[in-house]
Amino acid sequence: MGIRERLSGNEAAAIAMKQINPDVVAAFPITPSTEIPQYFSTFVSNGSVDTEFVAVESEHSAMSACVGAEAAGSRAMTATSANGLSFMWEMIYIASSLRLPIVMSLVNRAVSGPLNIHNDHSDAMGVRDSGWIMLFSENNQEAYDNLIMAHRIAENKDVLLPLMVCQDGFITSHSIENIELIEDDKVKEFVGTYKPEHYLLNDKEPMAIGPLDVQSYLFEHKYQQAQAMRNAKKVIADVAKDFEKMTGRKYSFFEEYKMEDAEIAVVCMNSTAGTAKTVVDDLRNKGVKAGLVKVRVFRPFPTEEIANALGNLKAVAIMDKADSLNGAGGALFEDVTSAMYVNKKQVPAVSYVYGIGGRDVTSNDIHEVYEYLQNVANTGEIDNPYRYVGLRV
Amino acid sequence: MKDLIEIRWHGRGGQGAKTASLLLADAAFNTGKYIQGFPEYGPERMGAPITAYNRISTNPILIHSNIYEPDYVVVVDDTLLESVDVTSGLKEDGAIVINTTKDKDYLINVLHGYNGSIYAIDARKVSLETLGKYFPNTPMLAAIVKVANIMEEKDFLEDMKGSFKHKFAKKPEVIEGNMKALELALKEVQKIK
Repeated sequence: MGIRERLSGNEAAAIAMKQINPDVVAAFPITPSTEIPQYFSTFVSNGSVDTEFVAVESEHSAMSACVGAEAAGSRAMTATSANGLSFMWEMIYIASSLRLPIVMSLVNRAVSGPLNIHNDHSDAMGVRDSGWIMLFSENNQEAYDNLIMAHRIAENKDVLLPLMVCQDGFITSHSIENIELIEDDKVKEFVGTYKPEHYLLNDKEPMAIGPLDVQSYLFEHKYQQAQAMRNAKKVIADVAKDFEKMTGRKYSFFEEYKMEDAEIAVVCMNSTAGTAKTVVDDLRNKGVKAGLVKVRVFRPFPTEEIANALGNLKAVAIMDKADSLNGAGGALFEDVTSAMYVNKKQVPAVSYVYGIGGRDVTSNDIHEVYEYLQNVANTGEIDNPYRYVGLRV
Repeated sequence: MKDLIEIRWHGRGGQGAKTASLLLADAAFNTGKYIQGFPEYGPERMGAPITAYNRISTNPILIHSNIYEPDYVVVVDDTLLESVDVTSGLKEDGAIVINTTKDKDYLINVLHGYNGSIYAIDARKVSLETLGKYFPNTPMLAAIVKVANIMEEKDFLEDMKGSFKHKFAKKPEVIEGNMKALELALKEVQKIK
């Protein structure tokens, strides 16, 4: 029936890694993800995992070591944040194009500059087109559960893509909260043994990895990557079904909260979804038909499903914890609105940029968004679709 | 105890307010509650004002923001009273617990007419008597558990013994002093208004 515990989000990620017991972990410390390799290295030194822990000198090397380890045929994991991910940039694309199912904990933090160590999603948004599967987590429980599901998704032969599990820096990574852990043996059985089909250390199949890919091939290889990302949807859904059988906890591409008869809704990711749920409850008590969609699977993006979930609303606000600085709106906003356009769902939609650089996101902020949506629903008018909440102007 | 209580800690970097909030979360967790314990990270340095938070609830906690309207406030260092608005948003049916030797008139004045209850404890004295050093967080933890009636004193002490054994596994000699600090603090905290 699970183990009742209280852990921070970083502790939860480290415990998941301990239970997964990967062959290799290579990491370099960076706030706010530092504690993950820190806790994990104690598991290594006290012998509770038999992982090869590579204390590299940079994040570029961390991802390079993971690429090497996975290519050799082993299971590799890492953790990072913000500028650490920026420094991995080159190898992030190498990992996905070599089809190496590396799993990363990304503890979301603002990418410099100016220098800021606090939470927003600018790090994750920077790699949204890099060919990694991206799962987002509302709290420590989801950060843990997503990691337990990660290898089954990434290593599936129809997928073979790296995967990152995101959670909000400090807000969940450093907050102690209740969590239900899964027993070690159940995790071990669920995750299974990694049996790569092709790998460098297989002396029966000599191979080269990462040679020059010229004009006559790269296009097809990119198509295969794109196809793998499309395939990932079914695999993510299948793994979630098995996970639900084991734990009773149900995961979809996104969570719909009080959406059945909702007239207005907010779409967001990570910890803000929890705060928004309390606001939805509050509004429902006042008779307002408010709902919430919390995106869990951001890559691959569930276009058709999300368009259907939002298609009957009178107004929707898509909240981005990163400003894409494109003069048009946040990244999640653009994905959601293009999904709706392509699927012929005409709903007035606005982009809200919020919580940048760790700006606290209060229930009042979320109330403000729903109030604006009520206005839009009543009048059908949007004075400006590119909006901010919690900003001092 | 109410379904949800929210506590805000004010301290200075190095005094252990964050640790105290995590220990309080631990203790409440062990009584079967849903808990949150988290610090507000700023530019961390010794002596700088810091804030930490606790939510303790009978139901799962969904909200992930700082606490603006706490039921209780704990002030670990009374030099903060003149520079930080410690009663900001504090509910009047709640209370503030202060580590201080200042008199009643001073406290009432410095708290800008806060109408709720004010509790005081000389955590320095408690700490020096029991630990021989100034660690105000252990006495303040006991004080808030008592004032907010978070759990039975007996259960609290029993539970903390376990926590200290874990926390101080490498220096067991300080466990007894910390336990004495808790016991003494439970007696010393006084309602002054």
